[in-house]
Amino acid sequence: MKGLFWRFRYHLAVFFAVIGPGFVTAVVDNDSGGILTYSQAGAMFGYLPLWTLLPITLLLIIAQEMCSRMGAVTGKGLSDLIREEFGLRATFIMMALLVAVNLTNVMSEFAGVASSLELFGISKYISVPLCAVAVWFLVVKGNYQSVEKIFLFACVFYITYVISGFLVKPDWKSAALYSVKPVLLLEPSYIYMLIGMVGTTIAPWMQFYLQAAVVEKGVTAKEYGESRIEVIVGCFMTSVIAFFIIVACAGAIYHAKGPTDIKDAAEAALGLKPFGQYAFLLFSAGLFNASIFAACILPLSTAYSVCEGLGFESGVNKRLREAPIFYFLYTALIVVGAGVILIPKFPLVQMILLSQVLNGALLPLVLIYMILLINRKELMGEWTNSGWVNGVSWFMVVFMIGLTLAYVGITIHSL
Amino acid sequence: MTEQLLYFTELISMPVYDLKGRRIGRVKDAAIVPLVHAARIDRFLVGGEYSWLTIRYDQVRSLSLADGIRLSDEQLVPYHDDEYMLRIGRDLLDQQIIDVNGRKVVRVNDVTMTIAHDGQRDTVSVLEVDIGIRSIFRRVAQGLMPPRWIRRLQWRIPPNSIRWDFANVVEPDPQRRLRLNISYTKLEEMHPADLADIVEELGPAERGAIFETIDSEAAADALSEVEDPKMQVNILESLEPEKAADIMEEMAPDEAADLLNELEDETSEEILDEMDSAEKSEVQELLEFREDTAGGMMNTEYVALHDNATANDVMAALRGNEDLLDGLNTLFLIDEEERLTAAVPLARVLIAAPETRIRELASDTLIQVPVNEKENRITEIFDKYNLLTLPVVDEEGKLAGVITADDVISVLRAR
Repeated sequence: MKGLFWRFRYHLAVFFAVIGPGFVTAVVDNDSGGILTYSQAGAMFGYLPLWTLLPITLLLIIAQEMCSRMGAVTGKGLSDLIREEFGLRATFIMMALLVAVNLTNVMSEFAGVASSLELFGISKYISVPLCAVAVWFLVVKGNYQSVEKIFLFACVFYITYVISGFLVKPDWKSAALYSVKPVLLLEPSYIYMLIGMVGTTIAPWMQFYLQAAVVEKGVTAKEYGESRIEVIVGCFMTSVIAFFIIVACAGAIYHAKGPTDIKDAAEAALGLKPFGQYAFLLFSAGLFNASIFAACILPLSTAYSVCEGLGFESGVNKRLREAPIFYFLYTALIVVGAGVILIPKFPLVQMILLSQVLNGALLPLVLIYMILLINRKELMGEWTNSGWVNGVSWFMVVFMIGLTLAYVGITIHSL
Repeated sequence: MTEQLLYFTELISMPVYDLKGRRIGRVKDAAIVPLVHAARIDRFLVGGEYSWLTIRYDQVRSLSLADGIRLSDEQLVPYHDDEYMLRIGRDLLDQQIIDVNGRKVVRVNDVTMTIAHDGQRDTVSVLEVDIGIRSIFRRVAQGLMPPRWIRRLQWRIPPNSIRWDFANVVEPDPQRRLRLNISYTKLEEMHPADLADIVEELGPAERGAIFETIDSEAAADALSEVEDPKMQVNILESLEPEKAADIMEEMAPDEAADLLNELEDETSEEILDEMDSAEKSEVQELLEFREDTAGGMMNTEYVALHDNATANDVMAALRGNEDLLDGLNTLFLIDEEERLTAAVPLARVLIAAPETRIRELASDTLIQVPVNEKENRITEIFDKYNLLTLPVVDEEGKLAGVITADDVISVLRAR
């Protein structure tokens, strides 16, 4: 028995040894927004949206790699760099948009908390305020560092989707086919779904978070090689899980009951149907962990980015009097983000999906700044982008703007 | 002679008129030449029809918000980049500077200047560097509404500024640092812990600049106060080996050894080669021990006297070792074979008669550990016996070094 325990401890040690900023970011990437957006994609369109995963993975790798490279080479955060190179007004606009979009993301994390615990019959009027207070204290007063490891470990829950993906006995041939065959429907709901999928996978706030984490860890240009590998592995992991969530939901929902618009967490939990009576339990535990993990990181990362960019003092090791704006922003994001969820009959799942679409709409702007920054010789020296990376990223910027405009256009047209 | 305020945001795009009252362009930037005058705006850079022109301060007849800049001399030369110029818009705005008085890093939003009229000409001088919300408002509103409105609206927001004499610009390029007359002597007078906090907030290039420039003693003190070991290593690696060696010599040998241990072998060899032989051999001895044992924790800065020394001898010994006095609280007695025989609390010597043999003042029990004692056991001993200093002896009982309470605190904090 003791031998088993020691072996387990050894595996845990190895598990945590490889963890760096890239891995954490990849795990937080599949937050409540991620789970529900992919579930929705599978439930509504079956295998159709699978083709997006390859280009999304490519773009995710390119974006994350650029951020961590900038962090390692310059030793500065993304908002710091935007401020120093583009001035205050550009930073101010970027930060205002980031706060607005991230607020909807915080809402979606608390919506995830509410809907996951509602499956256990716990009213959101109890769960959300409790969790909001817990998150605030954990990050400001408590020892977040050690709790982070628990969160990370609990993320093995995603494996249930991989198992479920096999158990629903999917049509592997067509799944493989649709993974490489682009299908573009000019339907508002389909385009909305695509923007959301890109937005949830490559969320703007993650770029700020990852770069800050790389800087915080003190990675230098010389050691950057290891970080790059970690980032790329993390990106693949994110996409593999996304693939299985879509396949599981396509099998368990789309093919079983026809196209379904997921309205609440109970419907999304059907993606784990092969687990029978445990599906609800597994789903809600996983969703809860993912939501609260991201709820810890998101408001904090937002407050840091804004304060750094605008030059206010920041940090949880500072006193309230030293960094009033930082604490105000951090607290406001949590209070408003959790408060909105308490409005009676608030459409939780729709809120989560909307926040991911807003992510997708803001992404091109962040990418444009990133591409401009990383190509500055005086900033990056020999570490500027190569030609093909620039080509792909500019193409993605144009494509995302195109998708967003197409969605706006079609929505206006159909009014 | 009257004075009035002018913000840099107002100076930018102010029209410039020649002797006949024709507009020749708008102000694009303004520069100080620190070697000539620390605060006076020496050059105004004006965007003319085709290129930028330079206006010297003595070519300005009048300058006001309402009336723009009127020249007294139209012999303007085209602008070319001059390394002796500190350009406010390019080099100061949006960059991080050090507030020496408030001991923190801040970001420049705007610059407040004064206009002095002496009958012959109007001279503009930098008065304060603006941080905080009021100056953010000015920057965001700049150009969107007339300056008069901005001035009227901003009074509701409390100002937040730093006097120009307390603002220390950080310039990574040593050549330019010389030409811009930037020195960091003010930082040397700061408490090392404050300086370390400042350094932690800057980017790697700026960090290196400060450690290169300040004297080795201040650098050593600040470096040992930097909390993150990874950052200490990065700083050392960024310095020239000579400078790094100078800093190492000023550090306590145990801390220097710990740091060298963290470096790559090649780098630490380089640094050791540059060190003076006395300090080098002390550090090298310590490098032999494992980090988590008494040998790795101890330092070799202690005062040891022969067995039958008197209080008088103590005073004589201390007079020759002033640099040890700051942290000294215990004296050690050794016999002819250099074996440790007793420990004497320093305070007891103070009140003893000059001829007293200090052996009589020794603590009742001699607590000592061998060099290979484990870290855990040492913290236990410190706790159990309420120690400030613990002697470490080698296999033959010879005094090898001492562990002080701050070493134990570092170990505990690192857990």
